Amino acid sequence: MSLLIATLAIGLVFAVLALGIYMSFRVYQMPDITADGSFPLGAAITARLLRDGADPVTATLAGMAGGALAGAITGTIHVRFKVNALLSGILVMTALYSVNLRIMGASNVPINARTLFTPFEEAARASFGPETSILGRSVPSGDLGLLAASALIAGIATILMVLFLKTELGAAMRATGDNARMLRALGTSTDRMTVLGLAVSNALVALSGSLFAQMQAFADAQMGIGVIVLGLASVILGQSLIGPVRSVALAVIGAVMGAILFRLLVAIAIRLGLDANDLKLVTALVVLAAIVGPGLIKEIGRKRGTHAST
Amino acid sequence: MLQLNAVRKTFNPGTANEVRALAGVTLALAPGSFTVVIGTNGSGKSTLQAAISGAFELDAGSISIDNTDITRWPEHRRAHLIGRVFQDPFAGTAPSLTVAENLALASKRGKWRTLAPLLRGARRGEWKNLLAQIGLGLEDRLDDPIGLLSGGQRQSITLLMATLTGPKVLLLDEHTAALDPRSAELVISLTTRLVASSSATTVMVTHSMQQAATLGDRLIAMHRGQVYLDVSGAEKQRLTETELLALFSQMRRDDRFDDDACRLVSAQYR
Repeated sequence: MSLLIATLAIGLVFAVLALGIYMSFRVYQMPDITADGSFPLGAAITARLLRDGADPVTATLAGMAGGALAGAITGTIHVRFKVNALLSGILVMTALYSVNLRIMGASNVPINARTLFTPFEEAARASFGPETSILGRSVPSGDLGLLAASALIAGIATILMVLFLKTELGAAMRATGDNARMLRALGTSTDRMTVLGLAVSNALVALSGSLFAQMQAFADAQMGIGVIVLGLASVILGQSLIGPVRSVALAVIGAVMGAILFRLLVAIAIRLGLDANDLKLVTALVVLAAIVGPGLIKEIGRKRGTHAST
Repeated sequence: MLQLNAVRKTFNPGTANEVRALAGVTLALAPGSFTVVIGTNGSGKSTLQAAISGAFELDAGSISIDNTDITRWPEHRRAHLIGRVFQDPFAGTAPSLTVAENLALASKRGKWRTLAPLLRGARRGEWKNLLAQIGLGLEDRLDDPIGLLSGGQRQSITLLMATLTGPKVLLLDEHTAALDPRSAELVISLTTRLVASSSATTVMVTHSMQQAATLGDRLIAMHRGQVYLDVSGAEKQRLTETELLALFSQMRRDDRFDDDACRLVSAQYR
C-alpha cells in the first residue's frame, strides 16, 4: 500500500513533466530535448537554495524560472539563428549539465531542509498519528500528506495549463504549432511565440524536477537522463487513453493521466521482476512502438489487402 | 492607397537558379479599388503579392500604404493593414483550433496576444450572421475544430477572417485555384460581396481568364517581372475572356521568341 501511494505521488510529479512535454511536443510538434537539462536544473536550483536557507516556495519558483530561461535560450537559438530545433535543444541540454554541476557544487546534493512537502506531511501526522490504516493496511501518515500535496500541485498546474491554452496568448501558441504562416498573416510574431512557448514548457519541466528532488530529498546531475522520453511516453500513452480529442482540456488531462498510468505500469513491471537498469531501454521501446506501431499495422494491413485481391 | 515604387527582387542572385521575379514594378492602386492580376507562370504575379505582404526584403524600391512607408516592416508588423487569402485552402486557418477560436484570433489581428481568455466577449452572434451568409450551414459549427471542415468551407472562413477587421489592403492569391468548381464559384461570389462591402484596396491574382474578365475594376497582366498590360475603367469592362486568352498566347509566344533569340545570340558568339 505504501508503495502504491509513493508511486502515485511520483506519478503526479511526472504529470507536471508531461504538461511541459505536451507543450513542446503536441502544441509545437517539436520534441524539445532541453527537458533533459531543465529537469535537473529545477532540482539543482531548488536543492542549492534550500541548502542556503531559502524558503521552499522561493526555491521551487526559482527552479521554475531557471527552466523558463533555459527554454527561452533554446527557442532563441532556434528562431533567431535558424539552428535546427533538435540541435538547439541538444546544445542547451549539454551546456546545462555543467551549469547544474556549478549550481550544486557537486554531482549529488542531499536535501535536509524543510521542503514544499514538509507542512503537508506534518499536517497528516498531526491529524492521523504516525500510522493510519487504509483498506485494512497500515500506511505512514506522512506519505498521505505527500500524496495530497503532489495531487494539489499537479491539479493546480493542470487547471492553469488548460486555462492558459484558452487565452489569446495560449491560442496563438497553439496556432503557431498548427499553422505558423496563418499566424504571421494575422500579425503575430511566430518567433516570439516559439520562444515563449518553450519557456513555458521548460518551466513546467523544471518544476517537475524541483518537486522530484524535494520528494526524494536529493538532487543529482544525472537525474535528467531520459526525461524527454519519459515525458513523451506519458503524452503518447495519455493520447491513446483519450482517443482522438476535440477539446484542449481533454488532451491536457490525457497527458496527466498518461504520466500517472505510466508510473503505475513501471512499478508493476519492476514488481514482476523487470530489472530497474533496463527501464530506460523499455521506455524507449514503448515510445518507439507507440510512434511507429500504428503506421506499421496499417502497412501490413494494406499488403495483406493487395495479396488477397491478387 | 497602395503604392509600389520601382520594386525589384531577384531570387538566388549569382547562381544558376537566378530568377528575376520583379524587374521594376511601379503601381498606384486607389483606395477601395479591386485589381485583378494575371500572368504566365513565373511572371511575378505571386511574388508581387508576397512583396506587399512582406514575405521577403526587396532588392530595391519601396512600398507604402496610405503614404506610410512599410518597405522595412517585417511581415507580422504589416499584418494589421493587410488581409490575406492563400491558394492553399488549408493555409489560412489553424486546424486544431475551433471555428470560433480562428475567428477570434483574426478579430485581434495585429494586436498583442494577452492573457485574456480568447473567447471572452466573442461576438458570436455577429460571427454566426457572417457564417450564415456563406450558405453552407457553418453558423452551427462555431465550436468544431476547423480541421473537420472541407477546403471550400475553410477558404470561405479564411475570407471572412481576412476582412473581419477592415484591413486597408486585401490580397487574394489564386484563392480558388485549388478548389472544386462548385466551391470555387461559392468562394468567388462571397469574394464579390465582401470586396463590395469592404473599403480595402483589393489585389486578386488569378489563373482563370473568366474571373479576370468578369471581376474587378482594373486588370494588370504581369510578364517577366514587369507590368505588361494595365487597363481600367470602361476599357476593363469591355475586355472579354476571348481577348484575354489571345493576350495570353501572345505573352507565351514572346516567351518562346526571347528564348530562341537568346540561343541564336549565344550560338553566334561561340
